[in-house]
Amino acid sequence: MATAADPAAPGAVASATEDNRPIRPRASRDEIAQRGVIGVLVLYLVLALVLPIGMVFSKALQQYAFTPDQITIAFGRGGAFEAPRSLQSWIDETGYVVNDGLRASERTRVQIVRIIPRPARAGVEAYRVTDASSAGGQLLLGQEFSAPGQTIEVPAADLGRIQVRPQMSYGLGNFGYYFSQKSLSDSIRNSFVIAAIVVAINVPLAFGFAYALTRTRIRHKEWFRLISTVPILVPSLLPAIGLVYLFGNQGILTPLLFGASIYGPIGIVMASVFFTFPHAVIIMTIALGGADQRLYEAAEVLGASKRRTFWTVTLPGARYGLISAAFVVFTLVITDFGVPKVIGGDYNMLALDIYKQVIGQQNFQIGAVVSIVLLIPAVIAFTVDRVISRAQTAQFSSKAVPYQPDEDVRRDRWMLGHCIAVSVFILGILFMCQFAALAKFWPYNLTLGFQHYQFNKMDGGGWAAYWNSIRLAFFAATIGAVLVFIGAYLVEKGRGFVAGRIGLQFLAMMPMAIPGMVLGLAYIFFFNDPSNPFNFLYGTMAILVINTIVHLYTVSHITATTALKQLDGEFEAVSMSLKQPFLRTMTRVSAPCCLPAIGEMWMYYFVNAMTTVSAVVFLYSPSTNLASVAVLNMDDAGDIAPAAAMAMMIFYTNAAVRILYGLFSRNVLGSLQAWRAR
Amino acid sequence: MTLFARATAALLLSAAAAAAQTELTVYTAFEAVDLDRYKKAFETAHPDITINWVRDSTGVVTAKLLAEKDNPQADVIWGLAATSLLLMKSEGMLAPFRPEGIERLDPNFVDQDETPSWVGLDAWIAALCVNTRELERNNLAAPTSWEDLTKPEYAGHVAMPNPASSGTGFLDVSAWLQMFGEEGGWNFMDRLHQNIKFYTHSGSKPCKDAARGEVTIGVSFAFTGAKAISDGAPLAVVFPSEGSGWDMESAAIVAETDFRAEAETLLNWAVSEAAMKEYNVGYAVVAIPSVAQPVENYPAGGLDAMIDNDFLWAAENRERILKEWASRYDGKSEAK
Repeated sequence: MATAADPAAPGAVASATEDNRPIRPRASRDEIAQRGVIGVLVLYLVLALVLPIGMVFSKALQQYAFTPDQITIAFGRGGAFEAPRSLQSWIDETGYVVNDGLRASERTRVQIVRIIPRPARAGVEAYRVTDASSAGGQLLLGQEFSAPGQTIEVPAADLGRIQVRPQMSYGLGNFGYYFSQKSLSDSIRNSFVIAAIVVAINVPLAFGFAYALTRTRIRHKEWFRLISTVPILVPSLLPAIGLVYLFGNQGILTPLLFGASIYGPIGIVMASVFFTFPHAVIIMTIALGGADQRLYEAAEVLGASKRRTFWTVTLPGARYGLISAAFVVFTLVITDFGVPKVIGGDYNMLALDIYKQVIGQQNFQIGAVVSIVLLIPAVIAFTVDRVISRAQTAQFSSKAVPYQPDEDVRRDRWMLGHCIAVSVFILGILFMCQFAALAKFWPYNLTLGFQHYQFNKMDGGGWAAYWNSIRLAFFAATIGAVLVFIGAYLVEKGRGFVAGRIGLQFLAMMPMAIPGMVLGLAYIFFFNDPSNPFNFLYGTMAILVINTIVHLYTVSHITATTALKQLDGEFEAVSMSLKQPFLRTMTRVSAPCCLPAIGEMWMYYFVNAMTTVSAVVFLYSPSTNLASVAVLNMDDAGDIAPAAAMAMMIFYTNAAVRILYGLFSRNVLGSLQAWRAR
Repeated sequence: MTLFARATAALLLSAAAAAAQTELTVYTAFEAVDLDRYKKAFETAHPDITINWVRDSTGVVTAKLLAEKDNPQADVIWGLAATSLLLMKSEGMLAPFRPEGIERLDPNFVDQDETPSWVGLDAWIAALCVNTRELERNNLAAPTSWEDLTKPEYAGHVAMPNPASSGTGFLDVSAWLQMFGEEGGWNFMDRLHQNIKFYTHSGSKPCKDAARGEVTIGVSFAFTGAKAISDGAPLAVVFPSEGSGWDMESAAIVAETDFRAEAETLLNWAVSEAAMKEYNVGYAVVAIPSVAQPVENYPAGGLDAMIDNDFLWAAENRERILKEWASRYDGKSEAK
């Protein structure tokens, strides 16, 4: 603690005591409390984010190879043992190809009987096999690994029971293997191509929609705005399931594809456009909403045509929004695995590869390698987005006059058409899912009923999964909102301890750059290690809550700091001079003022905790099954109608919570926020 | 001691005995619908033991068990593919145990070791799920053999599980390689690949997709097809004439269990005739052949269709086969 004077401290206040030591002002009790809280939050983010991610890197470097030169075998003939010979010399002599020449993985095993041909073993009564390595574990007999230097003696008939295990070392071998596998490294290209196509479709689409909401006089804007946010309320699996019903072999709209298959790039692109659309619209609405009427008046006075005004005023004004939306959409597509899982057919994507390597093949090392490959675009996109958002704040001046769209019937008619088309696409998919969930046996028996809601008879965890999801969403939202707000408050309004505050700010921004799948995998590596004191969390609801809070930390943190920035620093100055602890200022002044933002954070946590699949798919246990994961697993098993039913349950829940929150904020928050009105 | 005190003590003792319930954590990939029935049947026979199911799909349970290798949470594995248990065995995770009455089991269902590390309970057998309405709509005849599936008229009508992510898919591939030989097997798959609409991640999905008419023919399992027919799907289940790959739902004791005696009780019960009758509700082929009764909508001839499956060979060659398969067929759609 900084209460003790440090003679070497350069920033120490230059007043001297009797023994001539410079002293610094004593940290007040309040400052110590602040440091403590910052320390706890930093520790939390280190334990729940930094260390697990570090494990991914270390796992990716673990490579396995056979070391037969460290195994010797001696033949026992006529009651005596001959001189031991290394297994390597046998391999050299017989030309045996270990493991068919394939790279060994953690679980590859080779039998000694395969290496030493039977004729060479004629007349042998017993064998002594020695593990000559210093680490041990070269040999496996029945259930036991060999100890360093251990010699196992077996009768001739039991040599078949001795297996050789590969040894672990650290190196870049897994990366070399990964890039040598065409089917794996093709995923990189596929992911980039798909993400680029979705950006190319979605950015103009969302721009048009946001333009209609901000720059036209079409009616029912609030309805269109509401519809455009619907995809946020559902897991990304839902549009993929809806598209199977619409465009699959038995789909209503299948002829529109002219013989092309929905399974593959077409389906992935369409479903990805659906689930990333609201993110692009929100960013673009903000970018277009801040226009300055004076620029348009100037353009008109200068005689610029509407087209010219659009290209020279409107678009440049929204450029940051366009770039930001493009990067956000790109990252969302490249890190999502739900869509390609359901509708991707055999089209490999990066995020799906992680799932396949870990769940399908139990190959954790390669899963870690793909994770690191996936981290690169996510980190780049994140960096660009941060740089841009900083540039954007400088754009608005206090003299700006809000833009008022002029009367233009033709423009409005086109824009209304655009909004209706997009809304039909969104609601059509939703409606299709609901219908399919109720149809008795699609497509042969369309009688409606609720039999697909009997989740307890399916894979995926049943109704318990649904209630678990609600518990998770509630805990993550409530704990998360409080935690993030305290952290943001200390970063924004705290005093002193600059290093701690900068550190917390940095850690708070990190989760956005980490794809959910990578975080989930990192948690397996970190928390499932029996030597980790937090191992007891593995498989519990707590680990899901911890993971979800971290996974969604950044956006909430930004929301909170933005709201706090709007509050005058004088509050803290006044409360400090009145010797009030920060906790009181925060709970009595800042938090009530920021209640709308805290509410938004709570909603954001809740909705995303209900829909997320990627982060939790590696972490749920059978007693903590989740609704979103159940959708995935039911679709996986081919129970696609119940999957649609569960996905719609998630939608209804989120929509209901959203509406309740809307009512709550209008009535309660409205009265609390009365001070904002003049 | 008064009579009353003695009676009280006795009462307390019996209460304590009643409370001495052992809870076994059992990892399983049994079908979700079967869980309650199996649990009830076992707990009725052994009221002192409670089963705490931990259930997921075969791939996930296998991954979970392997991930927990150094810190096992399970006491018993009951209802997991034998090929998965072979993996566990080679990791040294299973405790060898010889259940009572094991001699009544078909020897194909028991681990070859002197003291077996696992026992098979029932078999699930590869079969074709054929949508009869889609056949009619597309003017196709029903296939009767694997070879039929490679005919050009079935192009784009067949779905099968991806062997890299589905144990079922691997079972099919390893069976073809065993039946047709290394060269003939790959040749067959090359031709089959031309007709595949998509490879799925799970083994039951092709059959359920066929039931919905999403594909015409799903390479899947007989019991999934039988169930879909009972639900009203226009399906026919066909055992291809060349023979079918198969795997078994099996059971084993986890080496580090703290409840060895109870785990043995469960394993003894799992191979009993009473248990076999329970398996037989959904599965036509069970480990004690004499118990087996026909299952509704389940085609006859399951037992004859089963090939002489070499599980050890399949396990030892798994990596090589999957690598070869991936290099030949993975990412098929991008070639278009």
